[in-house]
Amino acid sequence: MSKPTLEERIGQWRNYLEKWPAVRPADIDELEDHLRSQIEALRQAGLDEDEAFLVAVKRLGDLDAISREFAIEYSERLWKQLVVIAGSPTSPLSSQRDTMLAVRLAVASAVAIKIPSLFGYHLSGPPSDLAFYLPNLSLFVLPFLAIFFGLKRGLRQLDRWFWLAIPFIAAGLLVNLMPFKAGGQTQVLTAIHLPIALWLMLCYAYAGGQWRSHEQRMNYVRFSGEWFIYYTLIALGGAVLMGLTLFIFEAIGLNVEQAIIEWVLPCGAMGAVIIAAWLVEYKQSVIENIAPVLTWLFTPLFTALLLIFVVVMILTGNAIQIEREVLIGFDLLLVLVLGLLLYSISARDPQQPPGRFDWVQLLLVVSALLVDVLALWAMAARIFEFGFSPNKTAALGLNLLLLVNLAWSALLYGRFLAGHIPFRRLERWQTAYLPVFAAWAWFVAVLFPVIFNYR
Amino acid sequence: MEIDKDLVAASATPLVLAILSEGESYGYAIIKRVSEMSDGELQWTDGMLYPLLHRLERHGYVESFWGRSESGRQRKYYRLTRAGAEQLDRQRRQWQVVDKTMKGILSLAIDQAGQPA
Repeated sequence: MSKPTLEERIGQWRNYLEKWPAVRPADIDELEDHLRSQIEALRQAGLDEDEAFLVAVKRLGDLDAISREFAIEYSERLWKQLVVIAGSPTSPLSSQRDTMLAVRLAVASAVAIKIPSLFGYHLSGPPSDLAFYLPNLSLFVLPFLAIFFGLKRGLRQLDRWFWLAIPFIAAGLLVNLMPFKAGGQTQVLTAIHLPIALWLMLCYAYAGGQWRSHEQRMNYVRFSGEWFIYYTLIALGGAVLMGLTLFIFEAIGLNVEQAIIEWVLPCGAMGAVIIAAWLVEYKQSVIENIAPVLTWLFTPLFTALLLIFVVVMILTGNAIQIEREVLIGFDLLLVLVLGLLLYSISARDPQQPPGRFDWVQLLLVVSALLVDVLALWAMAARIFEFGFSPNKTAALGLNLLLLVNLAWSALLYGRFLAGHIPFRRLERWQTAYLPVFAAWAWFVAVLFPVIFNYR
Repeated sequence: MEIDKDLVAASATPLVLAILSEGESYGYAIIKRVSEMSDGELQWTDGMLYPLLHRLERHGYVESFWGRSESGRQRKYYRLTRAGAEQLDRQRRQWQVVDKTMKGILSLAIDQAGQPA
């Protein structure tokens, strides 16, 4: 029987450690580096391969004891493991209570969206009705989501509930008391930015009041991404359901379009917000596997797209067309790139050493920045020439905010890849930047109408 | 001489912080440095250093990053943060008090033991 080689022995040693859920591959890499350093030193002192391996393993100590220490240090890793095995994150009793809570709040928001119709506002009504619904839309559901998190996180103190309520009350008063021109630019901007501003305020409830904690903010970013996936899935299912409903009722000569637009669609869209949030909380481990897969899939694709775009632009010499929509388009591009970046940051184990995927990620950010700078440069003259309309200012402001965020992210990513800083710095930068987005969203929603005279 | 387990454990954190205050380093080098400084008297179970380093990182006293060894292997390095330097300073003062007290009381004990009954 031939003796195992040193590499085989180290492989077996790794296998043994991998059985422990609290010890991550990155931790094993670190220990392996130690083991190999020790073996090299012992070999230089004159020991043969076998002896050196045995002594080095002995010096490293009892692997079970080390793993136990890791388990104490990383209790949250073990916790996740338990969840996957048991299939339920909390005790059956409390999860049942959460389910009931989510269903009740979903029904409540579905009822809330219909209350205005008692006062003659109809979703399928004249444009003036729509002008009422549009800016108010988030106010029919997000307060219920805030209650969901408040109760789930056990917010007891009255003053915390008070802080939680303030943004919603303020928003409700503002959008309904401000003398908007129906369908005007500033009203549409408020309708778009208010949900974002309120969503970021929900971080307070999500974090149980500890919104200053970077970990909690990162968790909220993770939650938002996963919520988006769930909501999209539910919306797809809902669309199929509504399509089929239309079809089968048509078969017996009934047109239910009105019922769907007035009832099924709005109530479903509102309730799904709560249900998606509950699903994220309840089925954490399922999406945790989907989000990284989506980023792995789309990061290289978008990187390729952007690089091809730059090359084509250089080869054909076609400048970027100067339209207002183009600026918004580039905003969306940057939002998307930031979204991919956030997804991969939140799904990444910060202990992991830099890998090939990190280079692709950096390439994505850099190419997006390049494209955006080209676009801004092309548009700069036009922007000043025609003055600042509300839409253009909002689009430009967002673009600059994203540009700053991504440029600094790229710099930090580069430094991380060069081995100068820990990955955590990148996380910190993103979580520290969240209030900037919140402030901007509030600024556009509340002060733009005043500045631009409700245009 | 075998040093008591509790003493080894209590001195581990200030030792690691002090070594990192000399400059960034990695696990194996830290252990070698401890051994050098104590003339081989202070022996750790090597593997136990890593959970400790990770704990110090969670407390924000050190930060880690991945680099390469001379032979090109991936290697995790640690460096002291500002919070870590402050913590080292606190621990140093604590140890000075313990050290002074011990020296005083132990020399008294030696005197008494040395005197004929």
